[in-house]
Formats: sequence, C-alpha cells, structure tokens
Amino acid sequence: MSLNRIIGLFLRHFFLIKSSLPRILDLIYWPTIQIILWGFISKFFTAYSDYYNNTVGVILTCAILYDFLFRSSISFNMLFLEEIWSRNFTNLFIAPMRISEIITALVGTALIRTLIGLVPAILITSPLFGISILSLGIPLFFLFLSLYIFGITLGLFVSSGLLRYGPAFENIAWSSLFLLAPLGCIYYPIEILPDFFQNVARGLPLVYIFEEARSILVNQVVNYSNIKNAFMLNAIYLFVGVSLFYYSFSQARKKGSLINIGE
Amino acid sequence: MQKSVIVENLSKNYFKKEAVKEISFTINENEILGLLGPNGCGKTTTIAMMLGLLKPSNGRVVIHGLDIEKNRISLLHKMNFISPYIELPKKLSVKENLIVYGKLYGVKFISERIKYLSEKLRLEEFINKKTGELSSGQKNRVSLAKALINEPSILFLDEPTASLDPETGDFVRSFIEKISKEKKMSILLASHNMDEVKRLCKNVLMMNNGVIIDKGTPGDLIKKHGKKNLEEVFLKLNRNNHELK
Repeated sequence: MSLNRIIGLFLRHFFLIKSSLPRILDLIYWPTIQIILWGFISKFFTAYSDYYNNTVGVILTCAILYDFLFRSSISFNMLFLEEIWSRNFTNLFIAPMRISEIITALVGTALIRTLIGLVPAILITSPLFGISILSLGIPLFFLFLSLYIFGITLGLFVSSGLLRYGPAFENIAWSSLFLLAPLGCIYYPIEILPDFFQNVARGLPLVYIFEEARSILVNQVVNYSNIKNAFMLNAIYLFVGVSLFYYSFSQARKKGSLINIGE
Repeated sequence: MQKSVIVENLSKNYFKKEAVKEISFTINENEILGLLGPNGCGKTTTIAMMLGLLKPSNGRVVIHGLDIEKNRISLLHKMNFISPYIELPKKLSVKENLIVYGKLYGVKFISERIKYLSEKLRLEEFINKKTGELSSGQKNRVSLAKALINEPSILFLDEPTASLDPETGDFVRSFIEKISKEKKMSILLASHNMDEVKRLCKNVLMMNNGVIIDKGTPGDLIKKHGKKNLEEVFLKLNRNNHELK
C-alpha cells in the first residue's frame, strides 16, 4: 500500500470540505439538531418515566452513539457518491490505486467527516442537558470503535452496490441504516422485539453495543462479553464487506460500469 | 521500431452483443496512432480495455511487454487518459486537482511538475480558480495537464479537442505534437476531427461495428480509396459497411 496515494485521495475530499463553509455547516447541522431533539425527549422521559428516572442521559447517549454510526456510514457512502456526481470516477480508476488503498483512504476520510459533525454536537450536550457521554468511561472507546467498524462495513456494502449498479443504487445508500435501526435495539432492550426478530437482531453487533451502553449507564456494570460479541460479529461483517467490494469491482470491470458510471 | 503497445485478438462481449471483435494492432514508441469510427463503433470500449477499466472477453493487451490484466497497477503508472466525457472535481481548484492526481500517481516533485505544466499549458492565470468555473478551453488544458502529471509513456486521447474554439484546438494539437516528439510518447488518438488526425497521426485505424475495417497512413488511405481527403474515406468506408450490414 502506498501512503502517498492514500493521502492523495484523502486530500481530494479534504480540499472539497475546507473550501466550502456550507459543506462544513451541513456536516455539523444535522447531528446537532438530532442531539438537541433527543436531549429534550430525554429530559421529558427523565422527569416522567420510572424506567429512566435514575438514568439521566440514557436516551441521549444512545442517540449520540447511533448518530455516530449513521454519520460514519453515510460519510463513507458520500465520498463514493461525490466521485459519481462529479464524473471523476473514471479518472480515479485509471490512476494506479489499489482497492485496499481506496478503502483505507475512504475509511480515514469518513472518520474525519464524522468527527467534524459529531464533536460540536457532543460538546453542547453538557451545557445544555448536563450530560457527558464520557461518563461511559473507557468502554466508550470500544463502543465507538465497534460502531465505526460497523458503519464502515455498511458503507462498503452500499458502495459495492454503487460500483456494480451505478447511481441507481443511490437510494439504498440513504435508506440502509433506517432499515437496521429497529433491529439495532438502540433505545430499548432486545426483549421488546418479537421472538423471530430477536433472533435476527442477535446477529447484529448493534444489539450488543447498545445493550452495553445501557448496562453501564443504568446498572453501572461493564460487561465486556457484549463488547467481545460486537467485535466478533464486526470482524465477520467487515470481511464480507471487503470481499464484496473486491467482487463488485471485478464485476464492474466485466460489465463495463466503471466507464459510464457518472453518466 | 520498438512496440510500446500490442493488442492481440481483443474482443468484448456484453451478453450476446459483440462490442469489439478480435481486433489486433500495435503502437510503436514515439507514434501517434489514430482511431477513427462512428459513434458506438467500439473505440471507447477498446480504450477502456487498454486502460484496464474493462476486462476483455478474449485476447490481450500487452504494454511495455507486460499484460495489462496481470500488471494493471504498475502499468497505470505509465499511462494516462483524457476524454471530454470525464471531468475533474469542479469544486477543487486547478492546483488542488493537480496536487491530488500528482499524489495518486506518486509524482515525486509535485510542485515543480505543476509549475512546469502550468507554464507549458498556460494555466498560471487560473491555477487557483475552481475547475468548475473555467471555460471549456481552459478545462481542456487542465485535463491535459492532469493527463501529463505522471509523464506517461502511453497516452490515450479521446476527442481531445472536441468543443474547442479553433485557436485553442490548434494550441492543444501543437502541444500534443510537440510533447509526443520530446518525450517519445506512444499516443492513441480517437477523434472525429479528420484534419486533426491527418495532421497528428502517422497511422490510422478505421473501426466500425467493433472491427478494424481498414488501416494505413492517412495519405495511403486517401490514395487507396481514390478520395480527396480522410473525411471522404471515412464516409465511404462507413457507408459501405452500413450497406453491407
């Protein structure tokens, strides 16, 4: 892998963001609105719900974690869509870039895009709602890492579809996470789901990540087996995601979709 | 004369449609080869296979003695491409685009290279402007700068002067002529501009329906078909082919 080429692709997106204030504001705007909305909902539940009355910030913390997942996945997809919209796709694929370098560059750039959006939103939760996500302690790092890996994996699945089917696959990029959200058990325990969906949900790392976040905040108990389960599932999904991306690239070369993808 | 590019029995099928049918040709070092043919005749498909963007159904492309299918990444370092159908990111300045592509192609002294290309292609006055704000002539010169950023030994030019005014078109043609001689490049030029092809190309391939229907020097083709110019040869060959079909 060449660091130079990875930096090159990173710079392509860095230049795009840094030269456009509306783009930066757009990255910050939605997470901030989301967090403020959930902050007030959280405040309401804290005051009127028995379940949440001793657990200020459970909903808000889970909302921040889910938004982190959402932003990381969307960021990855957006980087790919930018190339399609700007009709730069062919230029990118005739440059001597390995698939592994493209994935690495997009993973790094997506993280920066995600943090630009989420850090200001996290910072306002403390003065506005008296809540700090840092109260999750050291496990917070593992939860974020696990969510990021899953977000990137979903990004890889969608980008594989974009590679293979072109811009027609764009709508899937936007809806992919909404499809998983009910099964992710973000704001409620898995027992709420019907039996069949519980079995499906146990196959997703999200259930373990959000279960762990609630366990720390509600019971003040760190259960590393949840984190381990999430990472094991992530490893499987990531392997499938990367393999699918390689396969889609190979298929795109056979079917010719790399030539006219921006058109 | 050393052969930089060898195309052997190259074919591409999309489902049951044969886009390119067993074509073979070579491009020598320091040669500009013209590729002529009507829209949809297989020119872009051929170039895409030569660039490794498209996997051939049959046959192979050998560049500097190496098969593109087995050595795609290392060969792409030595090649580049310009087409009016692909663009550079519009929101990036000219300089930013050249920096990005300099990095992607592993250019060692990017600033010096950009400075050199800016002077040669007269980019200085708009080097810090966003690419999307440029005129089509300026964009064309920027695309050419991007295509030359890695000092390629093989260059693919797909209609490099399409939609340019006569003066800019002439500037681009003169630049291509000059740089190909200076750098001993091998160039494949796909164009609908017959004067351009006659001026730049030593040899010409005429393509239709995915096959090479004739080839030779522009002068020989004009003589062989008893026509006044290359455009008439083009029309005759394509009309014959259409009637045969």
